[in-house]
This record gives sequence, structure tokens and C-alpha cells, in this order.
Amino acid sequence: MAKVKLAESKINKIKEICANFGNLPGEAINVLHKVQGEFGYLPAEVQEVVAHELNVSVAHIYGIVTFYSFFTMLPKGEHPISVCTGTACYVRGAEKVLDEFKRELKIAVGETTADGKFSISCLRCVGACGLAPVVLIGEKVYGRVTPDGVKDILNEYRNA
Amino acid sequence: MINITIDNKPLQVEKGITILKAARAAGVEIPTLCYYELDGIILENRPGGCRICVVEVEGRRNLAPACATEVMEGMKINTHSLRVVNARRTVLEMILSDHPADCLICPKSGNCELQDLAQRLGVREIPYQGEQSTYRKDTSRAIIRDIDKCVMCRRCETVCNVWQTVGALSAVNRGFEAVVAPAFEQDLEKSPCTYCGQCIMACPVGALSEVDNTRQVITAISNPKKTVIVQTAPAVRVALGEEFGYEPGTIVTGKMAAALRKIGFDYVFDTDFAADLTIMEEGTELLTRISKFMAGDKNVKLPILTSCCPGWVNFFETNYPDMLDVPSTAKSPQQMFGAVAKNYWADKLGIKREDMVVVSIMPCVAKKFECSRDEFKENGNPDVDFALTTRELAELIRQFNIDFESLEEADFDKPLGESTGAAVIFGATGGVIEAATRTAYEIFTKKSLPKIDFEELRGLEGVRKATVDFDGTPIHIGIAHGLANARKLLDEVRTGKSNFHAIEVMACPGGCIGGAGQPFHHGDFSIIEKRFAAIYREDAGKAIRKSHENPFITALYKDWLVEPCGEISHHLLHTHYFDKSKHIEVEG
Repeated sequence: MAKVKLAESKINKIKEICANFGNLPGEAINVLHKVQGEFGYLPAEVQEVVAHELNVSVAHIYGIVTFYSFFTMLPKGEHPISVCTGTACYVRGAEKVLDEFKRELKIAVGETTADGKFSISCLRCVGACGLAPVVLIGEKVYGRVTPDGVKDILNEYRNA
Repeated sequence: MINITIDNKPLQVEKGITILKAARAAGVEIPTLCYYELDGIILENRPGGCRICVVEVEGRRNLAPACATEVMEGMKINTHSLRVVNARRTVLEMILSDHPADCLICPKSGNCELQDLAQRLGVREIPYQGEQSTYRKDTSRAIIRDIDKCVMCRRCETVCNVWQTVGALSAVNRGFEAVVAPAFEQDLEKSPCTYCGQCIMACPVGALSEVDNTRQVITAISNPKKTVIVQTAPAVRVALGEEFGYEPGTIVTGKMAAALRKIGFDYVFDTDFAADLTIMEEGTELLTRISKFMAGDKNVKLPILTSCCPGWVNFFETNYPDMLDVPSTAKSPQQMFGAVAKNYWADKLGIKREDMVVVSIMPCVAKKFECSRDEFKENGNPDVDFALTTRELAELIRQFNIDFESLEEADFDKPLGESTGAAVIFGATGGVIEAATRTAYEIFTKKSLPKIDFEELRGLEGVRKATVDFDGTPIHIGIAHGLANARKLLDEVRTGKSNFHAIEVMACPGGCIGGAGQPFHHGDFSIIEKRFAAIYREDAGKAIRKSHENPFITALYKDWLVEPCGEISHHLLHTHYFDKSKHIEVEG
């Protein structure tokens, strides 16, 4: 018998989310979306509970989590940085901006800084191509970002 | 019906079928790779992903995958136009560019569908040289995952999830990183895998294969200090011939025994003997439970579930931990044989159990896992040392340069080689319960069976239900093959909706005859049907067809075991089950 351990409040929260979607296997993506919104990421134990509630295999849930780049199994930073690398942002220099964030924070894409403050991820198009290149920190949108401006943006949060 | 033409041939075909099926029905062979079908059990995998089966449909801009495109009125299809031939070749070359070219030492060589395609399409070089995807090799006690060879056809995923509802495998990650793997990409041993091995049967390439134990067996035979004993499962004798060019369904029992003796086993015995023994134990257990139940004993659980199939045992330990007291406690025939050999027979020979090596030839991959279970060992020494598949036996026969066809038929050695027709039918779905019924009927009613054949228990439908009249007492029997079907019956039991007295479950299609250790059938269900018929032919040809009439079984009880379900049996022939499920618990 293998044990999956999780705090009671978390188990109950996941159960509630699954129940809101009728515990339907076809709602797995929506459920995971909500659960990640709740916890910030989707660790193995959380996926186990979701699989159990939706009556599907854990392998299936893990398949979904690893297929969609939106889902993550690593905890995000307090201020998650998302650099848009969609076509418009890319041609306007998103990669250089991304490199600057990586250099400044000394972490790779998908990682979180040791102090848990920042994490970097990439996304494809936020629908604000006119502002390219675009960076999101949390819910806040920064447009026409240049590598030189990266430090200033980070400082807004470093001292916060 | 609608009108189409395939390769300029006008045809009338059923509406709604695929181009692939229409072509095959018309005798036009379109090559496939990811497509997999076992029509006898309604299993189909058609992700339309590999693009090998593309055909040209007049008026369409793009080539269409034949396996996933439905026919339409007036469709003009060209299966081998110049454009198709070129595209198909390019597709194959690209698949091969990310496939290791180690065919010389690949376990699937000679049975590989990718290798066959490369031959058929005449590929002599791979023009695309680029990065190859690599992945760690995962070796469990029964199954090896060598994902470098995976072509992402996802047949294994379909079999594991749809036919077996095991859910050990899923496609994970994306793009170049995509693989088929257990949850969190852990090893199979940490997944709910039952080791049924149907994924190996479905795999077109060498990405999934069984653990090969032939070298260890040869080493044991080479050691003069070891007495090496072999036992052969019922289903092996109706399939082994296929490896040597015989028609499926040819019975090769005598040649198999002769070959095993030539290889150098000291005693050539038969798992069928242990199958008869299983019936004595399991049949007695069934009758005891039914009698107590009818007498109103509330502690008795019905139905009783058969426990011969190791894939099935693994399945209920993982999925039905609340029902561990429902299955029969009788060990499987393989393990009963091992226990008798290493205790009774070793004693008779005057040798220590450590100096005896018991090898079994099984149609099964899960038997490799079963014989490695700790509860089947004494001071670390297993009752069965090595379980080889039918395919591994064929490999041994070839290695020893034995001309199978010219072999004189031979008999098994006595006493552990004698068996009845009831034992043989263990190899087919419904067989175990029919064998048990033959014996239980006579013990229960104290009358001779009017008819030995229980036609109502036979067949290849996934779930079967029958009622057998025990001289006025109706006995309700359920039968399932395939774990998805077993799940249906088990869920009925769990919710109290079941009125069965006994349920037989086999994990593989058709029972052991369709086991994952058998010669590859590549989705041709007629092969399983022919093996199925052969099992009952072998039974019909036996002089004795009821387990309790096997004189060597009677002698074994007289000489050693005393009585079925007695003290020695309890100790050596019965087992218990473990909760292997995952429990979600509150932290702290």
C-alpha cells in the first residue's frame, strides 16, 4: 500500500473543484487549470487526488500536465515572470529580453529563484502584439520592454 | 452501401467504414504502422499519427490517412500512386531517422513491423541525419521499456487503458520529448502495471519486450550440481508450433516434451498436473464456501474468484483492496507446481531445494513477476526459479539446433507430468471454471456427470454469464477475459448487485492462449480462435477429463497432502493477497 499524503484543507479544495466540474473526466483540463490557480503549481500528490476524484489514471493526468506548457509541477515564484515569445514579440527582440531576465536572476526558464521571489516562464502571445515585446509579471503587463529596462522592472518587486 | 473505386476497381462498400477497411475487404493491402486492431474483442487503435497508410483521394489536396478517413459516395482512391509511394517512403525515412538501427540484437528482430516496412518499401539508407531522442531504459521484473525504439504509435497506451483499464501508461510531454510512460515517468514497478504484457503484444517494435531469462536457464542446465525441472503451461502446446511454421492451432505437446528433453532438462513435467491439483484445492474451497453460505454463515463471501492469472491477481490487489478476501486462496498452477517440486519431489529425490531449479514455460509475461514474489520463496529460494515465455522456449529450441519438425513425439515424465482434459482447458477463457465445475459437480451431487462438456461456459465474448444445474441447485457463474471486462463484474460484486457463486477472470484476450508470452499474432484474432479450438480438441482427446480422476493426483493426496485444503495444502498450496493500492491520506 502506497500512501499519498496531503493536507486536509488541500484535499478538500481539490475535491470541491472537481465536484464543481461534475467529477467528469472530460473536464480534466479545466479542473487542473483551477487547481493550479489555487496552489500555483501541480505537484504529484495534487495530481493523484485529481485523478482519484475524476476516476482516471494518474498517468493520464500527468500526460495532460506535461503536454500543456501552461501547467507546471514546480512552484512558481512570488512574482511569476512570463515572457511572450510569440511571433510578434519574438521578432521585436523577446529573446534578448528573456536572456536578460535569466542573466539577472541566474535561473533558467521554468525555474524559481532560491529566495522564491521570481520564476521565469515563456508563453505564446497574450494578444497585445502592438506592445511587443510583452512581459507579464503576475497579472501586470509591461509593453515594449528592452533588455536595458529589465533591471528597473525587477527593482519594482525586489524592494517591495 | 455506397460506390467507391480503389485503384480503379469499382466497389460497393458499407457506409461509414474507413478506407483501410474497405481496401482490406477488397484485397488491397495498405501498409500501416500505428494502426492496431483485434476485431474479436473490438479493440482498435487508430490515432492516424504515423501517416504510413496515406492514400490519394481524387479531388483532395492532401493525402488522407486510410485508417482514419471514412469512405464517401463516389470516392476515387489510389493507394499506391507515385505521389503516395514517395510520401510514404519519406514518412518512413523520417520515422527511421529517430530509430536506433540495432536490429541485429533487438529482441523484436524478425517480428518487428517497422523492420518489415523498411524491407517492403525498400529503404536502404536513411537520408535524414539529426538528433535522436533518448530515454532511460526501464527494466522491471517482467517487462522492459526501451523507449529509444518507441515510434509513438500509442498502441500500448490503448491496450493498457481501454482493453485492460490498468492505466499504467500514457503519452506524456510533447514534441520531440514525447514518450509513453507511467505517471511522473516513474519505473513500471511503481505504476499500477499488472505485467499482463499485452503492451508487448501490441508494440510494433522493440520498445516493449519481456525480460529474457534463457541465459540463466542454460547456466542452470550446464551446472552438474543442479537438478533442473521444467513444467509447461496448457496454452503453450497449442501455440509453440507457430514458431516453427505450423498452422495456428496445431497441437505440438509431444514434440515440445521431446524438445525439452533434448535441451537437457532432467525432468520434463507438466503444469497441467498442477492445474488438476488447483482444481482439487479451488474446487473444494468453492464447495466449502457455497455450503457454508447456504447454511447461513454470514462470514462467508461469495462469489469466489479464480486466482490462476497473475495479471488478474496484480489487478485486484491494486484496484480492489477492499475485496482481498473474495478471490480463492489457491495458488496458481505454476506456483503449486513449484511448491510440490521443491518440497515433495526434492524430498523424493533426496536433494536439497537449493540444488533444484524449477523452470516454467508460460504463455505469459506476468508469470515472471509472479514467481519473483516474496511469499513464493523459502529463505530467499523461489519455488519457481525462472518463467520463460513460449517465445523464449522457441528461441532455446533454435539455439540448440533442434529440428522441431522431425522430433519424435514424447511423453512427459511421471508423476508430475500426468494430467487430464480438465487441466488443458485452463489455457482458454472459461476453462478453469469448466474444469472446476466438472469436479465440483461430482463431489457436490455425489453423481457422475451426465455430460462432461459445458458448452454454456465456452466462447470468446468478453463477459459471459451462465447457470449450471447442480442436480437441483442452480450455480451462477460469471466469466471475463480482459481486465476491463473483469472490472465490470467486479464492480457488480462490490456494489452487491452480483448473484454469482463463482467468477473466472483471465487478463488476456481469449485467456492464456492469447497471453503476452505467446508467438506474436500482430492483431490477427483468427490465430487466437484457432488456438482456442485446439485447446478443446486436446481436452476431447484425453482419456481422463476430470481433475479428481487423475490417478497421480489421488496418489499425491494419499502419499503426502492427505486432503484438499488440509494442513499441508494450506501451508504450501494456498496464498494470501496484499493491498497494493494508493491511499490518499491526510498529512500530519
